[in-house]
Amino acid sequence: MKLTIPEREIMQPGHLACQGCGASMAMRYALKIFGRDSVLTIPACCWAVIDGPFPYTAVNVPLFHTAFETAAVMASGIKAGLDVQGEKSTNVIAWAGDGGTFDIGIQAISGAAERNDDITYIVYDNEAYMNTGIQRSSATPHGAWTTTTPIKHYKIGAKKNMVEIMSAHRIPYAATASVAYPEDLCKKLEKAKNIRGFKFIHILAPCPTGWKSDPKYTVKLAKLAVQTNIFPIYEIENGLKYTQNKKVKQRKPITEYFKYQGRFKHLKKEEVEFIQKSIDRENEILLKKF
Amino acid sequence: MKKTMIGNHAASWGAQLSRVQVIAAYPITPQTLIVEKLSEIVADGELDAKFIKVESEHSAMSACIGASATGARAYTATSAQGLALMHEMLHWAALARLPIVMTNVNRAMAPGWSIWADQNDSLSQRDTGMMHIFASSSQDILDSTIISYKVSEQVLLPTLISFDAFFLSHTMEVVDMPPITDVDKFLPPYNPEYKLDVNNPRSFGALTSEEHYYEFRYKMQNAMDDAVGLIKKEGREFEKLTGRYYDLVHSYKCEDADLIFVTSGTIAETTNVAVDELRKDGKKVGNLKIRVIRPYPKQDILKAVKNCSKIAVIDRNISCGYHGIFAQELKGALYNESDIPVWGYLAGIGGRDVKVDDIKEIADETFKSKKPVDMIMKGVKI
Ligand SMILES: Cc1ncc(C[n+]2csc(CCOP(=O)(O)OP(=O)(O)O)c2C)c(N)n1
Ligand SMILES: [Mg+2]
Repeated sequence: MKLTIPEREIMQPGHLACQGCGASMAMRYALKIFGRDSVLTIPACCWAVIDGPFPYTAVNVPLFHTAFETAAVMASGIKAGLDVQGEKSTNVIAWAGDGGTFDIGIQAISGAAERNDDITYIVYDNEAYMNTGIQRSSATPHGAWTTTTPIKHYKIGAKKNMVEIMSAHRIPYAATASVAYPEDLCKKLEKAKNIRGFKFIHILAPCPTGWKSDPKYTVKLAKLAVQTNIFPIYEIENGLKYTQNKKVKQRKPITEYFKYQGRFKHLKKEEVEFIQKSIDRENEILLKKF
Repeated sequence: MKKTMIGNHAASWGAQLSRVQVIAAYPITPQTLIVEKLSEIVADGELDAKFIKVESEHSAMSACIGASATGARAYTATSAQGLALMHEMLHWAALARLPIVMTNVNRAMAPGWSIWADQNDSLSQRDTGMMHIFASSSQDILDSTIISYKVSEQVLLPTLISFDAFFLSHTMEVVDMPPITDVDKFLPPYNPEYKLDVNNPRSFGALTSEEHYYEFRYKMQNAMDDAVGLIKKEGREFEKLTGRYYDLVHSYKCEDADLIFVTSGTIAETTNVAVDELRKDGKKVGNLKIRVIRPYPKQDILKAVKNCSKIAVIDRNISCGYHGIFAQELKGALYNESDIPVWGYLAGIGGRDVKVDDIKEIADETFKSKKPVDMIMKGVKI
């Protein structure tokens, strides 16, 4: 039987992720594809904890912990250091949360992308600062509750469109992906691995703790995010060539996605309708690009 | 080979002679000429290095950290606002025990915007765990860069080499460039025991509980203590090659002095001239230049000042709310060990020129004064 996802396990059990953590699933797939000839750098985020305390590690590849806003440039520095020593084949991967990517780290990412440094930047997006206890980020969707956007002042404003920002740098490869579609995710990781230059992969990674959802629904929610079009799955090559990877024939209503999550529970009907309209409008814009 | 060059270019050539492998830097006046020259040196193939043209100083230091963690020799240079922006990563470099050597051209912090000499920028980084040198000549800049890699790579601590804006950065001096074959004999390639190595996967800098963190600091402190001896030892090795010796402090005519100036940077060089003139007038003065402030050369200082009856510290910096930083440190060193009184003087803040006459005035004032003063703000217009 031909396997679509490599059998090898590089990440080990015994890590510190919560039950149902989408981010830990994402790392497992990423390491299956990138393999042992890889170096990871991780800024402050849940994954800085998930890997385990000193002197333990769960990832089985060299991992350099770094400051919150520096993942991209840390990877650039690591890549340059390996290069000058002749270690040119090693994959260098920056692995960061949405806060470290959309917010505080955006300057360093933009710099590394503009220089087209040969690294893969992967953001696991759980749509808030989870490590510090669920505060809003610019990846938090409109309407969501977080501890800094309490129910009375829930998050107003659209989620930042990071993949478009990255593709505007005309980087060779930018993609969105989901832990609910591991084959698609692995294909993208494989593609990124084989492209020279700056690669950006945005993975939606549900967080039961922050989304107030049942850990058993992590994959279901990641799938519903795609099926409702709130998180479409596609790739952009060289900033221009758009490919839709998961076609959604009949999108599901957003309520299907919201109903399994406590963070949207407070939303009134009109607000949900507003969100539905924005999703449909965004989708129309996107479809024209394929 | 002797060459005429500005202080900034002495830093560039120091990096070139040290065969740095990764450079990451961002321009800022008055440092800019260092990285422009290095860009040329790399582009002309005179140095086999990767130059990452980063988008900020924070990223410059981060890239150096990443490169150094793989075992590459890394270099950056900055000034004032740039150094302040790096601050978080200076701690990171030191706690990650990475032997990065960097240059800082001492420039006043804004606002108001100033590009002129002032030590507050680098002294604000005093407690990052970096070794910290104040160079006082272009030759010192070039030689310190080479020697610092040798020391840093043994104690696994980064080094910050600072020198005064314009008085050094843009002033031409004759610099003797050692042949690279000599430097190669002195400075072997960097080959750390622990690095990012796919054949030996480890995590660096992970979550650390109170069970371990204290011990990291203990080890850093030991490394700093070791550095005192190593700076001297490698200084002597370097002297064998070049005839030039660099110590943590340099004392000039201190042995029989009644009054000793304690100085740093270019003010130290001016003070040597003032000492000669004052001696001609029969005044027994000496000058103790503090070249290295971290590790703090307490024993060397105590030895150098032990016979004098008064000390006058000249600070081109201020810790507002207290006083000059070299004066604070010196008084801390003397306490419990000696009762020589200390006069603290502020001079040259924000690039104001400090002339031989100013130093002679300080000597007169200190000789006349009966009671030591924490801080006398020389020349302040009020
Ligand atoms: C400069 C700086 N500011 C703030 C923090 C505190 N901090 C650590 S992790 C974090 C949030 C991380 O959020 P995200 O990147 O989304 O990752 P997640 O925790 O959700 O996995 C914050 C605010 C920090 N470490 N450094
Ligand atoms: Mg997050």
